[in-house]
Amino acid sequence: MAKHETPMLDQLESGPWPSFVSDLKQQAEKRAKNKEGIEFQIPTDVVEDLLGILELSFKHGRTHWKHGGIVGVFGYGGGVIGRYCDQPQAFPGVAHFHTMRIAQPGGKFYTTAFLRQLCDLWDLRGSGITNMHGSTGDVILLGTTTPQLEEIFFELTHKMNQDLGGSGSNLRTPADCIGQARCEYACYDTQDLCYDLTQEYQDELHRPAFPYKFKFKFDGCPNCCVASIARSDLSFIGTWKDDIKIDQEAVQAYIGGELKPNAGAHSSRDWGKFDIQKEVIGRCPTECMAMDGNTLKINNRECTRCMHCINVMPRALRIGDERGLSIFAGAKAPILDGAQMGTLVVPFIEAEAPYTKIKETVIEPLWDWWMEEGKNRERMGELMKRQGLQRVIEVLGVDPDPRMVQEPRSNPYIFWKEDEVEGGFERDINEFRKYHQR
Amino acid sequence: MEYEEAKQKILEELTKKLKSKSKFYFNDLAKIIETKPRDAKKIVNKMVEEGALEYWSSGSTSMYGMPGTGKQAHTEGED
Repeated sequence: MAKHETPMLDQLESGPWPSFVSDLKQQAEKRAKNKEGIEFQIPTDVVEDLLGILELSFKHGRTHWKHGGIVGVFGYGGGVIGRYCDQPQAFPGVAHFHTMRIAQPGGKFYTTAFLRQLCDLWDLRGSGITNMHGSTGDVILLGTTTPQLEEIFFELTHKMNQDLGGSGSNLRTPADCIGQARCEYACYDTQDLCYDLTQEYQDELHRPAFPYKFKFKFDGCPNCCVASIARSDLSFIGTWKDDIKIDQEAVQAYIGGELKPNAGAHSSRDWGKFDIQKEVIGRCPTECMAMDGNTLKINNRECTRCMHCINVMPRALRIGDERGLSIFAGAKAPILDGAQMGTLVVPFIEAEAPYTKIKETVIEPLWDWWMEEGKNRERMGELMKRQGLQRVIEVLGVDPDPRMVQEPRSNPYIFWKEDEVEGGFERDINEFRKYHQR
Repeated sequence: MEYEEAKQKILEELTKKLKSKSKFYFNDLAKIIETKPRDAKKIVNKMVEEGALEYWSSGSTSMYGMPGTGKQAHTEGED
């Protein structure tokens, strides 16, 4: 018999999709039975009270969580988000229900042993409810009490070699794709850069002094599996400068049907014979591909690295050898002014450890500018919009580049300054009037 | 600015404003001591370490306050 009646939540279980309500009920039952004999350090009925307070929120049409709180581990200003409910007498199990954000391993590679250790710790000292993974990528542990925080932090750092992630006005936990560990499209070692910057910027990750949140994300190629271009204030996307490498024999094998397009990813249905003209050449956004007899030709100067041809024919086409990354700044989700995609600020930069150029000529100048001129709760993308791309270019000390223009004639960010113009802005009005009437 | 002087200035200013608010953005603190953010951060971090200031977080935004001040600290039984 459930502790609280939850008719509205029960209704959520009736649809065709998996329901979080069923998961929570399963977890509540597991804790009540406690077959493993765990000495729970927070109330056993925490999950039942969570269901109860959620039902009450549905009934009242408003939340019963208070806004934020004063919790954390010593010396850290992020990684723990205080959650307190405003009905602690009725739902004592969730009087404190803090969230802990744990840094995800690079590329989200972890062993089952690590997962077991994490779940054992969370069963003992928390609610057992996890969110794998939150949108920043962290391992999110939902629901524990204040006295457990330092205990969990100790276990994580001393026994599992794992740190808390970022929250609040901090550098958030950097997130990367699997990169060169498993993907032949990766133009740089995403995991190495992600780890390096995580270590370098520990102070920014754990001690909040930014105007608002700041996110780094790393994609090894323009396929953008981590969606860094849409979700991070500073997005690092792998690219190459030279030509796409073509294996003409493999091109013929795709045409002849010996090799399956998209590595067989769409083979659940019969799409007919592979048609290179229709499926690859005709879909090139810059029309830079053509068949010359039996030879596939690419005008690489026109290629915008859309990745479509490489994705369709990975055995025939490969990324170039002169590799590095492009940096995009200012993406964000809508709060002010709507969502923004990242703006290209560095078209190409080499990505070799120790990444000094990336740190000293891109990240740190942008941070210094944003920290000094950003308003409270203003994302870097909003500051860029407020002050203009020309200011960003000044901050970075780079020359304007046509590749920074989003669409021709839509963001004319180049304004001449007086000292850049021969003769300045002053003019002889009498001389002017000789040729132009009032 | 010397650390002790900066600390006094911040605490005085925060105490003065206590009637209207108890949580402050980092930039508010940097403005009080008229210092660039990077230098202000060192001072603010040290004050947190000493327990003169504490963090407050909504999850998305972080703020600073003096321990035990504000309505929330009271209702959470942490003062």
